[in-house]
Order: sequence, then C-alpha cells, then structure tokens
Amino acid sequence: MTLVAAAAMTACGSKTSDEGGAAGVTADVSGNTVKVGLLNSLSGTMAISEVTVRDSIMLAVEEINAAGGVLGKKIQPVGEDGASDWPTFAEKAEKLISEDRVAAVFGCWTSASRKAVKPVFEKNKALLFYPVQYEGLEQSPYIFYTGATTNQQIVPGLDYLKAQGTKSVYLVGSDYVFPRTANKIIKAYAAANGMTVVGEDYAPLGSTEFGTIVNKVKSSGAKAVFNTLNGDSNVAFFKEYKSAGLTAAAMPVVSVSIAEEEVKSIGTQYLEGQLTAWNYYQTTPGAANGKFVAAYKAKYGADKPTSDPMEAAYVSVYLWKAMVEKAGAFDVEKVRGASDGITFDAPEGLVTVDGKTQHIAKTARIGKVGADGLITEVWNSGKPIAPDPYLKTYPWASGLS
Amino acid sequence: MTVLFGQLFTGISIGAVLLLIALGLALTFGQMNVINMAHGEFIMAGAYTTYVLQQSITGAGLSLLVALPVAFVVAGTMGVLLEILLIRRLYARPLDTLLVTWGVSLMLQQLARDIFGSPNVQTRAPDLLTGNVAVPGGLTVANNRLFILALALAAVAALTLALRFTPLGRRIRAVVQNRDLAAVSGIPTTRVDRTTFFLGSGLAGLAGVALTLLGPIGPTMGTNLIIDAFLVVVVGGIGQLKGSVIVAFALGVLQATGEYLTTLSVAKVIVFVAIVAFLQWRPQGLFTLRTRSLA
Repeated sequence: MTLVAAAAMTACGSKTSDEGGAAGVTADVSGNTVKVGLLNSLSGTMAISEVTVRDSIMLAVEEINAAGGVLGKKIQPVGEDGASDWPTFAEKAEKLISEDRVAAVFGCWTSASRKAVKPVFEKNKALLFYPVQYEGLEQSPYIFYTGATTNQQIVPGLDYLKAQGTKSVYLVGSDYVFPRTANKIIKAYAAANGMTVVGEDYAPLGSTEFGTIVNKVKSSGAKAVFNTLNGDSNVAFFKEYKSAGLTAAAMPVVSVSIAEEEVKSIGTQYLEGQLTAWNYYQTTPGAANGKFVAAYKAKYGADKPTSDPMEAAYVSVYLWKAMVEKAGAFDVEKVRGASDGITFDAPEGLVTVDGKTQHIAKTARIGKVGADGLITEVWNSGKPIAPDPYLKTYPWASGLS
Repeated sequence: MTVLFGQLFTGISIGAVLLLIALGLALTFGQMNVINMAHGEFIMAGAYTTYVLQQSITGAGLSLLVALPVAFVVAGTMGVLLEILLIRRLYARPLDTLLVTWGVSLMLQQLARDIFGSPNVQTRAPDLLTGNVAVPGGLTVANNRLFILALALAAVAALTLALRFTPLGRRIRAVVQNRDLAAVSGIPTTRVDRTTFFLGSGLAGLAGVALTLLGPIGPTMGTNLIIDAFLVVVVGGIGQLKGSVIVAFALGVLQATGEYLTTLSVAKVIVFVAIVAFLQWRPQGLFTLRTRSLA
C-alpha cells in the first residue's frame, strides 16, 4: 500500500519538476526515497575495473540505508551501463538526470568518459562524483573529484624517487590524454628537481608489442621507469620487462594505474617488487579500512581485493550524504554550498572536501607489490595533501596550464 | 653494437610472430583464393585453449606442451566447420568470402565474450620461458621469443616438407596450380580443400598458443593481428610460402628499426608506406606462382 502511494507521489513529483526546468533539472525527492545514479561500464574493455567500483558504491548505499538513509530517505540506486563507450556515457547521464531525476550520480572511470559527461552535468546543473585519479588541470562546479589529482599521486611518486636518489627516469605511457598530460608534468618536475628524463615512449592503447620499448629502456641506463600505460598493454609490457632481465631491484617501475585488481590479472610473478602510487591500498592500516575490507569481502567474496578507485567511490557516497545533511536539502546548489570542510573518516584516513576546487585532501602512498599480489605501503605523505588540480603552488608547473 | 643486435633480435622475433600468424593464412588465402577474415579468431581460439587447459593442468610447462597439439586441432576443426558450412559455397566469389568470414569473426568474438567474459585473461608461462639467455657481449635474448622463433621455423619446415614430399602435399600443389585439371585427374579437390583449411586454421591455433607468452588473451586479439598477417601474405606473393617467410622477417626488422629510431606509431606508418611503395613496384608480390591455369 505504501509502495503504491510512494509510486504515485513519485510520478506526481516528476510532473511538477518538469515545469520548472529553467534552473536545471531538480531531483525527485517527493517520496520517502531518494534516487541516485550509478554510471559505470559493466561491459566492454573497462568493465574489469568499473564493475568493482559499482560494487563498492552499492556497499556504501546499503550501509547508509541500513543506518536510516539520508535525511530520513532511503537511497534508491538507479544503475546504468556506460559500456566503455563515451557517447553512451553522455546519453546515460542525460537519462539519469532528466528521466530518473537522481539527486547525484556516482561513476565514470576514464578521462574520456568524464570529459564526455561533463557538459551534460553542467547543462543540467546536476552532480557527478568521480572516483578515479586523473591528469588534473580540470575543475567543474558540478563534479566532485574524490580520486587523486596530480599533486596527490604523480608528484608524490616523483618525490619518492627523488628521495631514493633516482636521478634519471624513463617515461612509458599509452598514447592518449592522461599519459601525455602526466608526462608533461613529470618533465617539468624533473627539470626543476635535477632529474633527467632519458626517454619517453608511447604505445597505442591496446598495443601488445613492447620488444623495442623495453630494449630502449634497458639501454638508456635509466634508474627507474615511470609507467602511465593503461589497461592490457601493461600485461605485455611487464612480461617483456621481466624476460629482458630487468628487475624491480635494478630498475623499478612506478605505475599509477595498476591497483590490486589489475595486479591479479597481470600476474603477480611479473609485478612482484614493483612500485605503485595511490592514496589507498587494501593493506592500509586503520579501523575504518578494517571495517570496509571486511564488509566488502563479506558481500562479494573473500578473494576480491579492494583498491583505490573502489575506496574513493565508496567514500564519495558518504561525502555526499554528509553534504546533504549539512545543507539540510538535496538541492544541488545547496549541497555544493555545504561541501567545504566536510570530513569523513575514510578507509584511507581522514579526507576533507575542498569546496573551492571540489576535490578532496588525500594522503599519498607509495606501495610495493608483494608475492601475494597485495600492495603494501613503503612511504606515505604523513598527512593529507590539499588538492591542487592546476598545480598553482608549484613554481615549476607555471607553464603547464 | 649490443643495442644493434638486440634490436635485430627484436625484429626477428616480431617477424617470427608475424610468420606464425601469416603461415596459415598463406595456405588458405594463397592456395584456395579464400579471404578468411575469421583467421584472427582461430588465433584467439588457440589462445583460449591454452587458458582452458591451464585450469586443469597446473604445470605451466606441461600445459603449454599439451596446448600446442590441442589448439591445432581445435582451431583446425573450427576451420573445417567454417569451410563446410559457408566457404565451400563461395569458392568462385572471393569477395563474398571476405564479408561472410568477417561476419563469422564478429560472431566468434561475441561468443568468446559470452564464454570467457569481456575482461582479458592471462596464462602462466613456464619459469623456463620467463627468463633469458645471456649472449657474450652483454646481449640478452628472451627465452619466450626464442621459443616462438623455434616454433615458427618448425612450422615452416613441417609445412614445406609436407607440401613437397607427401601425397597430400602433391595433391594440394596440384589443386593450386590448376584446380580443373587436378579434378579431372581424379584428385578429390573438395577433400583437399578441406584438409588444407584444417592445416591452415590449425596453424592459427598454434600462433594463438605462442601469443599467450607475450600478452593478454582477449576476444579482440585476433583483429589486431589479422591485418599484419594479410600484409605478409600479399607482399610475399599469393600462394608462396617462401615469400611469406622472407616478408615476415623483413617487416619485423623494418618495424623494429623504425621503432627504435622514431616511435611505435611512426614505425607503423613507415612499414605501411614501405608496403604501399613495394606494391606499386611489384603488385603481384615478392614471388609469383607460375601456373598454366587460365584463371
């Protein structure tokens, strides 16, 4: 009976908000539930990564609902499949906002998908929570970036290499926006910090022939490799790296897009001892992470690892809840206005929302891949690093944006 | 100097991979005038066979050895089924075989996605093949690349011997040179076609096993390779095994050299430009078949 009533009210709600379209689409919160959108690739090449993000968003939603919901309303997730296809992401974002009238959307992974949905969210004045590290140099009033920006991942990665006395690096990346932008930043950093970039190579996305690149890396005499390869290319690259006799001890590879899930699929034997730069690992100590890992494994299976983007996605749902509760409303502008200074005791440690950039302060962590496929921390920044998407606080980066 | 030899070996090993994937195609495309776009998916079938076998055979070395003949038979059987169900109806229409087998290739990719899921999978390589051999002079040669080179050369040798010295080989050559004359001489051309197709597709399966040592196994791995394989066959001269062998290694070395001096993407352009220029000069490819056939 209540269900029918709720459905009727929902229908009513969407009708009334249809008429007030000028100020953007308003979320439908007339019933005793509030809808949120989940927009991830459940098929296609990115599914391997994005399904895990969807799973951890669902975990947060269930936990919040079990604890009474948001402002007394239960969260009702509406899932859409972006299918690893950027136009599909834009189309589904539009659908979630205007048809389902969700209060916020959680998802996207690749920079390409984010760039595709950005105008949709801006046009409709709707909210997206984006959970993956990215190349920085971006800011949108309608996106909250809960993954790392460059000064919270790539710069600490370089700081770590510098502290180890690494004087020369070789850059290997996939040929698209993220690695090219990241490498521009790395070269500027190197120039200002007495480090030499001895070589730079790009492989087309999906490329699996790394014989020459590995030969070049080997003969370059570099002390470390900074790896911004994405997806499957990593498999071929690390296989070639190992069979060329290159080791983590002699020439470590620092990767910025290989997390626990990818380690498992590339093969631990090829990655053992190599370094990664993230903000969170399954092994990150702390009660909040203990609870998160236990809850995730209880729901999805003991052999499922947790990773940085999953954690950032999980945290984003809680951050949204805290913003809504502080604002006392689901209204997008009010939620944005309430965002500054929101904190959450996240699995990665305390995170704080910066209302100005809509990024969050995060602790940087360098990790080493162990024989069990898990990554353990070898260094961290000690405290959360304030987000700086345009690298304004770094003099060497002045020419980049 | 070390770098030079290192790159030369890389080039040869790229050539070996090209040769392995092109060998089967040279047989089916060259000898039967069939443009088989599904050849790449037979490679994929070989790779997935390795993956499936490794689920039950835990020793990586043993499972690889078992995978070689099994993948040959699996891919070969798929080839024969394709021949029986579709291709034999299209022997006089080479362009139609292109469309039909392309459709089949898309279907096979979807089938692989449904069975194995869209994320790519991996196999474990035997420890022996993840290491390398140090050659005096500071050069190291990767064992997996050596294995692939040996496999490609063994396949070429076996195929050459079979074509030259066995009754089946003589029949295949007869059909290639003049199908009608072979038929009136009492050679069962249909059966010869089918066997040729089995051998050619089986070789794709072998290539699939070899590729698991280098990179990921996924539903679309075949499409990435099929273009290169066609280039080798066309430039080598249709129906010419020795042409394919020479061109595969030449393209491998050209690719490796170009890549070393420039970048991977530019090297691909160099290779394509070289091929276009070569085909302007010799449209029939490196070697041509002297035949009395009027076709």
